[in-house]
Amino acid sequence: MSGKPRLTYLNGRGRMESIRWLLAAAGVEEELTGFPSPLLLDGSLLFQQVPLVEIDGMKMVQTRAIMSYIAGKYNLHGKDLKERALIDMYVEGISDLMQMILMFPFSPPDAKEKNLESIKDRATNRYFPVFEKVLKQHGQDFLVGNKFSWADVQLMEAILAVEEKVPAVLSGFPQLQVFKTKMSNMPTIKKFLQPGSPRKPPPDAHYVETVLKVFKK
Amino acid sequence: MAAGDCTAIAEILRNQARGTMSGKPKLHYFNGRGRMETIRWLLAAAGVEFEESFLEKKEDLTKLQNDGSLLFQQVPMVEIDGMKLVQTRAIANYISTKYNLYGKDLKERALIDMYVEGLFDLNDLLMTHEILPADKKDQHFANMMDKAENRYLPVFEKVLKDHGKDFLVGNQLSRADVQLLEILIMAEEFKPDIFAKFPLLQSFKAKLGNIPTIKKFLQPGSQRKPPSDEKVVDQVMKIFYS
Repeated sequence: MSGKPRLTYLNGRGRMESIRWLLAAAGVEEELTGFPSPLLLDGSLLFQQVPLVEIDGMKMVQTRAIMSYIAGKYNLHGKDLKERALIDMYVEGISDLMQMILMFPFSPPDAKEKNLESIKDRATNRYFPVFEKVLKQHGQDFLVGNKFSWADVQLMEAILAVEEKVPAVLSGFPQLQVFKTKMSNMPTIKKFLQPGSPRKPPPDAHYVETVLKVFKK
Repeated sequence: MAAGDCTAIAEILRNQARGTMSGKPKLHYFNGRGRMETIRWLLAAAGVEFEESFLEKKEDLTKLQNDGSLLFQQVPMVEIDGMKLVQTRAIANYISTKYNLYGKDLKERALIDMYVEGLFDLNDLLMTHEILPADKKDQHFANMMDKAENRYLPVFEKVLKDHGKDFLVGNQLSRADVQLLEILIMAEEFKPDIFAKFPLLQSFKAKLGNIPTIKKFLQPGSQRKPPSDEKVVDQVMKIFYS
């Protein structure tokens, strides 16, 4: 037992990527493992689903439950109930945007252009303006409580993910550009952004094929 | 006076100076279950009185969007403690923590979160059924009942069986219990004999139903909403999908 959290998922981003980001940002090394063998379908998965993260003696499932635990444990969830409420709101909003990106590779070919347009529209008209305004209003480096939190990690992940699809998406958001640079320079995040980290590449056709095969039901 | 009543009154007194006129939380949504129902359940279980402002037409939503009340231009929105909270889970998390329905430590919270996230997934299935077009309903119904009976309910039946206690986590009432009860009642509406395979869930339902705050919420005249009928579905389509 290494004591490191053990992540079980496909070899790709999917729903596990946000968890990888959060652990990395907290400076926590993960123990790597492959995709579940049939042995794992023995009751290890509470609702027969991955992600699965084995941490502190628990077999945790459900992405949000896992992230909330990690955020709480590593002091990334605000200093009190009100800060936590803000962080939760921001994280939930961003996760709605990330859901669109998650589903995008599985769009039927004739819907791809429309879905890409939706991602661009939601990012530039619904989500990024909110965080641009938050940063502008308080003038601090971090979204909540002048301290690095889960919300900052989630926003950074989302910015990079949208930029992969819409390269100039930050052109109307000067605060977010500064935010992105500052986050990139934080030691733990900087390390995660370098080759060889647990970060996964964008989904390709092979990944899509694997997902469809494995999660057939 | 029940503990819940004292909590509610203390809350009102604390909030006199800010937020809603009455100091009570104010819920903004349409007059139906949807994503707000879980919030209503949690507040009711905690013994917290709340007000509701119902969206009836598209203009009601537009007005809230235009005056900056909705962080991401969406409802549910709950005015509480001087904040305009949005995002169902953020609201539920806040209420649960404030009213001690979230376990005693991080590990209990992790367990509660796992259970509750599974319940939210099932709730999504049950909730979307109402607004599906008629030709998609049958297949969806089969899938959602399959998931309920084979993926979700067995988990909670087993949890109760394994520890033999009345509540899911830590031997005290938590949001996991409240949300499970909410789901059980909805599942039963879809399939009246659903408890045939789940005797412990059946007695769980009976026990929880006797807790004074919950008993009150289950009675006619409470703010609990009925399943959405055609009129409500129509309203939802007009407000959100037109």
